[in-house]
Amino acid sequence: MPSRVLFRGARVVDPAQGRDEVLDVLVEDEQIAEVGSGLAAGRADVVEAGGLVLAPGLVDLHAHLREPGFEHKETVETGTRAAAAGGYTAVCAMPNTDPVADNAAVIAEVRNLADKAGLCDVHPAGAITRGLAGEELTDMGELVEAGVRLFTDDGNCVGSSRLMRLALEYASQFDVVISQHAQDAELSEGWQMHEGHYSAMLGLTGVPPEAEEIVVARDIALARLTGGRIHVTHVSTARSVELAREAKERGVRLTADVTPHHLSLLDEDLIGYDTNLRVNPPLRSAEHRDALRTALVDGVVDAVATDHAPHAPEEKEREFDLSPPGTTGLETALAVVVTDLVDPGILSLPHALARMSTAPARILGLQDQGGPIDVGAAANLVVIDPEESWVAGERPFRSAAANSAFLGKRLRGRVVHTMLRGSFTVRDGEPTR
Amino acid sequence: MNKHLLSITQLSREDVTRILDTAESFREVGSRVIKKVPALRGRTVVNLFYENSTRTRISFELAAKRLSADVINFSTSGSSVSKGESLKDTALTLEAMGADAIVIRHSSSGAPYTLSKWVEASVLNAGDGTHEHPTQALLDLFTIREHFPAFDGLNVAIAGDVRHSRVARSLTLALTKMGGNVTLVGPPTLIPPEAVGWGAAISHELDDVLPKLDVCYMLRVQRERQRLQFFPSVREYSRLYGLSRPRVDALPDHAIVMHPGPMNRGVEIASDVADLPRAVITDQVTNGIAVRMSLLYLILGGEGARAEAGAGVEAGHA
Amino acid sequence: MSDGGATYLLDAGEVRRSVTRIAHERNKGAAAVVLIGIAARGDDLARRLAAEIERIEGPPAVPVGTLDITFYRDDIGLRAEAPEVHETQIPFDISGRAVVLVDDVLFTGRTIRAALDALVDFGRPQSIQLAVLVDRGHRELPIRPDYVGKNVPTRRDEDVAVLLVETDGEDGVVVREREGKPA
Repeated sequence: MPSRVLFRGARVVDPAQGRDEVLDVLVEDEQIAEVGSGLAAGRADVVEAGGLVLAPGLVDLHAHLREPGFEHKETVETGTRAAAAGGYTAVCAMPNTDPVADNAAVIAEVRNLADKAGLCDVHPAGAITRGLAGEELTDMGELVEAGVRLFTDDGNCVGSSRLMRLALEYASQFDVVISQHAQDAELSEGWQMHEGHYSAMLGLTGVPPEAEEIVVARDIALARLTGGRIHVTHVSTARSVELAREAKERGVRLTADVTPHHLSLLDEDLIGYDTNLRVNPPLRSAEHRDALRTALVDGVVDAVATDHAPHAPEEKEREFDLSPPGTTGLETALAVVVTDLVDPGILSLPHALARMSTAPARILGLQDQGGPIDVGAAANLVVIDPEESWVAGERPFRSAAANSAFLGKRLRGRVVHTMLRGSFTVRDGEPTR
Repeated sequence: MNKHLLSITQLSREDVTRILDTAESFREVGSRVIKKVPALRGRTVVNLFYENSTRTRISFELAAKRLSADVINFSTSGSSVSKGESLKDTALTLEAMGADAIVIRHSSSGAPYTLSKWVEASVLNAGDGTHEHPTQALLDLFTIREHFPAFDGLNVAIAGDVRHSRVARSLTLALTKMGGNVTLVGPPTLIPPEAVGWGAAISHELDDVLPKLDVCYMLRVQRERQRLQFFPSVREYSRLYGLSRPRVDALPDHAIVMHPGPMNRGVEIASDVADLPRAVITDQVTNGIAVRMSLLYLILGGEGARAEAGAGVEAGHA
Repeated sequence: MSDGGATYLLDAGEVRRSVTRIAHERNKGAAAVVLIGIAARGDDLARRLAAEIERIEGPPAVPVGTLDITFYRDDIGLRAEAPEVHETQIPFDISGRAVVLVDDVLFTGRTIRAALDALVDFGRPQSIQLAVLVDRGHRELPIRPDYVGKNVPTRRDEDVAVLLVETDGEDGVVVREREGKPA
């Protein structure tokens, strides 16, 4: 007996087809069987979705699931449960695990753990360099065969121009993305927050925007030289965005993502030394935040990615300069974008969903994610209540970690259902396993 | 008065005046044969010093004892702060011991704020990283007041490694709050341009600034900053920004010279200059006890408004 | 007579006559005396007393000191703000001397208890006596004055304030209802 689910009367937002209308969607087994009005329920499990938004499941280009090696912070199971709770059906897991995901065995292990949990598809990223040491390239071909679509040394920046050139050049045979955590190591030494008025007031070592921009500029030049695909992850400064704009205009194969916290928060919010706001790259001033918002709206920045970075409580409940940088993000990403961009009218909901689902799916080359919501497509869906208001952290997070930069903040927009290949991973706001 | 003293930004102009006026009375107590009053009898003051600083710790210890409070010293040089025990666990231990006030010195900026989230006790910042050193600024104001009738319009230069100096930050905020004019002097690598946001002017020419000063405040320059290349050599630094005898002579007759200590004689201040009568450095030390007594009295002597750690920290306006 | 809610218990003339009478009474004991006024207003009264005594007896002037007892109070930490501090100036040795403490109003006796504790930290007087302008009753400690300007019965919920030309521009003793209650 095929399993059938009928979503009735939802506002179907399908960025891949430019569709935005109230429809019924019938899911049969793992695929979308029918899309239309007034569909017959038959034996289907009917989910009333009036007033709710149905969209392709969200896709995260950048999340730290911490397993193997750092299970005290998060595991693949708890991380994918958090992802499902946040409306995600696919996540690209960062390779700075222990051991580093620089070989096929670790990639396979992460994938297996995700399959076993069955909460969200995980596409592990491969390291650019062995051990993230920035010296020798990994066996990219082998990793591509193991399913890797994105390479990054995230956490670290590939500092050597020569090596970055070779990475882009070598990877271009596979049509995969080289994602760079842009941070000049020496210029940013000892950094604690954005260099500006507030770093001077708070006595914290500042890192200037130039530490990111120098690397972005260099990588653009190398991408142009090699024809490779460069991805700027968690872009955070106004001039980085300007550089990205120019590069795209010149035909460089560049893509970029921005985090929800960089779209929402400011360096000024660090008054009080809340370690949950210590992130890398740091929160910056309004000038930068506004430039990021504009760039997301006009598409210079292609996607929103969470950079979900869980840490154990004892790691964050300490002196500011001793606590590791990072905030969780999978469970709050959609709501932050709705609250800070969609509700104030800066970005429309369909565009926001395009940036959080369709665009990241395309960057990763995932055919079964990001829509279109059409007959025969894999049923990777999310159903959202864009009006529902909630306070982050009021109910326990699904992630093993609670270091959210939005703890205590009132947000609008809640995931009601998440569906992974036709099976609910979240139903009525609760994970199904 | 706020329950905590974490930053000068938490004090109003009236608060500062009150602290200094009360310190006058404690200075008088310090001149009596019996230098002790029972005002804080039964209270427990903990000195939590993660950085070695005998001078400041003793100053706070004497201040608390002269108020008849019980004093506990937790310092890294002893075995009390065990290696690996987190700040949070130490805080909870002190809370369990019934500390009424915790005086904390720590190498991490913001540590007093973090500490105040975990304890009911009042937290006093005795110096946190490169952020602030509020009690130093207050005792410096007290010392300045001995020589000048008002802070309004007073011309003060603070010279040296402003970037890494918690004293510079607190003192600049305190002086501008009281109506003084502050000029920060040093090489561009050691003066963050954002410091104008503290209400100060910036100059890279010490000689230009000297003739107009009422107070010349020299900061200690750490040699390790030279190792990190914030300036090329100690010799060059001293030549361009050191307070030499000829430079002191360029000061107006009424001007005083100050330094938070400990001094690098021959680097930021010439040895003979440090011993001049107009260099009031030892007065600063003496006044430290009276000012710290005043703070402990004012903070613990009232029920204290319930204040959260971040409350009162303004965005940078003095 | 009243003043918008305040009632005068003593007018200016009565205040001055009280000071004079205390000075005369005090002189019945012959020993060289020092006056220590309890800040604030006790010290102004002490100076007036000293001037009266000198007027009656002639020089030498009686030494006068000011004592702030704030740090010896028993209610530190019980009020919203720490009690305000005044100046202390006792420029002579009190050991072996006959000390007369001077205060404006004697009420519960706690201020005097604090003053006694403060004084013994300054030395060992031969004797300590107490002179007050007004005794308004309601003692909570076993303290009694040696010289009183005027005994004035009051209710506990009333406030009694002494006004002096030196600080308030006029002499007088007024009683008010405590804030918040109708006059």
